[in-house]
Amino acid sequence: MIKRFLIARETLLLGVILVLIALVASRFPGFVAAGNLVNVFNDTAPLIILALGQMVVIVTRCIDLSVAGNLALTGMAVAMLNSVAPGLPIPIILTISIVLGAGMGLMNGLLVWKLEIPPIVVTLGTMTIFRGVIFLISDGKWVNAHEMSASFTGFPRAEIMGLPVMSWIAIGVSLLFLLLITRTSLGRAFFAVGGNPHAAVYTGINVGKTQCAAFVISGALAGLVGYLWVARYAVAYVDIAGGFELEVVAACVIGGISIAGGLGSVGGAVLGALFLGVVKNALPVVHISPFWQLAISGAAIVIAVTFNARSNRSSGRVILKPVRPNS
Amino acid sequence: MNLKTRSLPDRLNSSRSQVFKNWETLLFAVAVSIFVVNSFASPYFLDAWGLSDATFNFTEKAMIAFAMALLIITGEIDLSVASIIALASTAMGAGLQLGLGTPELVFIGLVVGLLCGAFNAVLVTVLGLPSIVVTIGTMSLFRGISYIVLGDQAYRGYPPDFAFFGQGYVFWVFSFELVLFAVLALIYGILLHKTNFGRSIYAIGNNPTGALFSGIRVQRVKFILFLLTGLMSGVAAICLTSRLGSTRPSIGAGMELEVITMVVLGGVNILGGSGTILGVVLAAFVMGLVTFGFGLLNVPGIVMSIFIGLLLIGVIALPRLWKIFLNKG
Amino acid sequence: MPQQQTLTDKDVTLPILQLSGIVKIFPGVKALDKVSLSLYPGQVTALVGENGAGKSTIVKVLTGIYQPDDGEILLDGRTINFPTAHHASAAGITAIHQETVLFDDLTVAENIFIGHAPRTKLGLIDTQETSKLAQQLLQGIGADIDPSIRLRDLGIASKHMVAIARALSIDARVVIMDEPTAALSYKEIQELYELVEQLKSQGKAILFISHKFDEIFEIADRFNVFRDGQFIDEGKIDSITEADLVQLMVGRSVNKIYPQRQEKICEDVLEVKSYCHPTEFDDINFTLSRGEILGFYGLVGAGRSEFMQSLFGITKPSDGVVKIGGEITKIRSPADAVSHGIVYVPEDRGKQGVVIGLPIFQNVTLPSLSQTSQKGFIRLAEEFKLAREYTQRLDLRASSLDQDVGNLSGGNQQKVVIAKWLATQPKVIILDEPTKGIDIGSKAAVHEFMSDLAEQGLSVIMVSSEIPEVLGMSDRVIVMREGRMVAELAGDDLSPEALIRHAAGIGEVNP
Repeated sequence: MIKRFLIARETLLLGVILVLIALVASRFPGFVAAGNLVNVFNDTAPLIILALGQMVVIVTRCIDLSVAGNLALTGMAVAMLNSVAPGLPIPIILTISIVLGAGMGLMNGLLVWKLEIPPIVVTLGTMTIFRGVIFLISDGKWVNAHEMSASFTGFPRAEIMGLPVMSWIAIGVSLLFLLLITRTSLGRAFFAVGGNPHAAVYTGINVGKTQCAAFVISGALAGLVGYLWVARYAVAYVDIAGGFELEVVAACVIGGISIAGGLGSVGGAVLGALFLGVVKNALPVVHISPFWQLAISGAAIVIAVTFNARSNRSSGRVILKPVRPNS
Repeated sequence: MNLKTRSLPDRLNSSRSQVFKNWETLLFAVAVSIFVVNSFASPYFLDAWGLSDATFNFTEKAMIAFAMALLIITGEIDLSVASIIALASTAMGAGLQLGLGTPELVFIGLVVGLLCGAFNAVLVTVLGLPSIVVTIGTMSLFRGISYIVLGDQAYRGYPPDFAFFGQGYVFWVFSFELVLFAVLALIYGILLHKTNFGRSIYAIGNNPTGALFSGIRVQRVKFILFLLTGLMSGVAAICLTSRLGSTRPSIGAGMELEVITMVVLGGVNILGGSGTILGVVLAAFVMGLVTFGFGLLNVPGIVMSIFIGLLLIGVIALPRLWKIFLNKG
Repeated sequence: MPQQQTLTDKDVTLPILQLSGIVKIFPGVKALDKVSLSLYPGQVTALVGENGAGKSTIVKVLTGIYQPDDGEILLDGRTINFPTAHHASAAGITAIHQETVLFDDLTVAENIFIGHAPRTKLGLIDTQETSKLAQQLLQGIGADIDPSIRLRDLGIASKHMVAIARALSIDARVVIMDEPTAALSYKEIQELYELVEQLKSQGKAILFISHKFDEIFEIADRFNVFRDGQFIDEGKIDSITEADLVQLMVGRSVNKIYPQRQEKICEDVLEVKSYCHPTEFDDINFTLSRGEILGFYGLVGAGRSEFMQSLFGITKPSDGVVKIGGEITKIRSPADAVSHGIVYVPEDRGKQGVVIGLPIFQNVTLPSLSQTSQKGFIRLAEEFKLAREYTQRLDLRASSLDQDVGNLSGGNQQKVVIAKWLATQPKVIILDEPTKGIDIGSKAAVHEFMSDLAEQGLSVIMVSSEIPEVLGMSDRVIVMREGRMVAELAGDDLSPEALIRHAAGIGEVNP
């Protein structure tokens, strides 16, 4: 019974998104043109990917505020690499970004696991450290479009069956995550650790190690998005994706992922990201200044949290029982 | 009836000696070493007016940090403080456009801060929502409203007497902000360490259930603390707006994380239950000294923040690494 | 009624699990004092004993959560130990607790197979197979549960079924059931009995812990009695009567000397009428006089603590009137309760009683700060004075008043809690299991103290599950069962048998 409701939460969110799109389309039919919808999805792809990584982190009762710093550092690194070694093939670039990102994630993970420093403190620290390092390696200079090879910037935009590669990557990562969550013991372990850390220990799960793994995954995805970001916007500098980590957390919260841990879904993370993406792209179309975007996402978070909390309220102990029938 | 009663000593060792074995001492040592290093590193460092200017690096953040420390000790957090600055500043700017004078502007700044704090307070204590995500939401909401009102414009033209708050001096090199910082440090220090209210803060932070069962009005205390962080953000908004002489919706961006860094660096446990105002004051000095010192050496702000980030993690990590090292050896 | 299997002679069947001479010591308390327990395949052994007898401790030893300080565990005759919970479950020992130690947000199938799910050739979890096997297991135990729903959505009876299915999935040989029927309906209990029979026929050894004598005599083949952490006796269930079992459980302690007090007829201090809660208790009515000790007896889960906490302002009742000193009072929070002179010493000392992290003297003065402070400002000298006075009255053992409460033994922490409340000069003090987990010496001190309080005119409500304590200390006893008041006993009506009978509902015709 409640299963239907829980599915309904994602369905509710999907419904809200569809209503939003319909509302916009009623005045500006161009919004639902296939090309435009593809644009919206593509634009939201980085947020989707990062939201998935953040989801496993939040599910294990942690938080990763360093994702934007991570992606900016990785993006700058590979952009610089590309400008000095334009011949480097894209698969190598992708691997390097993922490995770099995962390495930074590992840093976070080890500090949380081995030294038991609260994740909010760790990622607050690494967030500023990563950003600072960007300046160190780039000396404050930008990497511009003309310094990037055509294949570097072209890869995410290349279209396969009408959808850009970046969108395909987002879809691919979502499917991989679905597999991870439902079919691997690590996926189960995330939810076990977040839902009931004590019980998880009794089933042989190492809580700290699982949390470390979540950070590595979040970092790896941030690395991946780092490359996609600089390639797609064809520029790399210190401040890219500034403040984006909060949008990522917002996407998760809106998607129903509970900050208390143990609860969340791939669908929720994706839909939460799509909600923010649709709002962002709809505003200019309906001639609402983009300055409304921040307030709207803020209101959406507050509403989503209120809604999450109400539906997650567990019932108290039931002691009174109805009077027994005759034996 | 008991035949022999035993009388327990109040304390085994002087409480004063305990204070000096720990975090505050460490911070003090760090502050002193940074001061010393800086004096050698740059000839411009030991200058009264320079140091006075340096204080602006931390005074506004510290004002909020005092209230934030109290809140974090109880186990909550408020990430929306910088956005409250933005909204309060925007409201003041709007008042300015309506021709209001300085006293009215100050009133607006404080009231808006208080109202934002009340909004957070209701969501957390009445609706029972987790403060971390609520304030991530209000963080976007409050600043978002500022953006809606101002867009990419700015409010300028604050009256000269308004500029006193952020640019004026009370005596010699001691700016109004510095004096205000000192006064607030004293007030919060007394509040936290010398009053029943402060005691209840520590009780809630160590065991909210135990505190409730001991008759502490937990939700009321937390409500007041959110009002305080809002109010302090309003105060900081007045100072900052006055210092900058203008209001943009981006005002104070990123400040919330610096405030939290100051609080955690000050020895307040992010999970709640412990911390002192003295620690926050020392952390403010450390961060101010680092910023100023590095600034003199022309180190860009963003690289400076690497140091702050390392400091933040380091002060918590090093004692634990040391313990592990001791256990293995 | 389920058929009992014909038992082979005890000497012929070898026990699967044999514990002997097990000792477990905690600071200040000897929880287990050379106890023995043997579990035989295909047989149900009922572990009987009062609260604090050591039952939950031995379960924790069996499941690898506690390590015994001495003694031997034999599995199939070979010595074994369980350094972690994982080792115990790998050895085939599983437990079903009152509270679930599973994951509310995972599905039933995931819960059953977490840690050992079937894999596909690629190494991924085979969700289809997991679901199929889960379905089979559930059907095999007669549980009509959809393996794909979340555990959170199930009632407690179904959660027990899932725990049992998990036990079967790891091929457990020993199944421990700790008060499994606490929250079950009559029909569900019958289903549980059938399940137990099934497990027995599969040759599993079952340890059944329960207070309810009708269940014990219905389902058990053997009994084993613990009292005050010691092994008392064991044997076949058909060789003993109910009365004998009660006697073994309660033992000599009924004759222990409790403080004598004079009967006084005094005015009513507290009157409770028609006090109700939607899910926890119903229709509570009683009055309490000055200088009286009113005992509340019942089985674990009867709703006594829930009622007391509601009276103290923690939870809201759905109906009811409370009169203090004759005046109708509304208590909406603990702060309200304290201001009206009602205080509560909780059962969960660590979480609800003391604030660990604060020193002793601050714990003692926490509700009385308005007394010691001046206009809201703390006066340490006054605080120490108050703390000194009350900790001295209770003979607190600690190194200094500045010591962290967390370092004290259970008994001394209890003294801090009581001192804290006495300092508020209350009218009514509610003590919830005041001597649980406390050594004998401190127990006696607390009893002495309670008696003094009553002499001095305080009214005492004592929630207790220890029969000797209830009988020895109370002027009157109210018995609760499943959230309702079922008896009010005094004088000659007060006997261990009467208490157990009312608390467990033995011999009653079900209405």
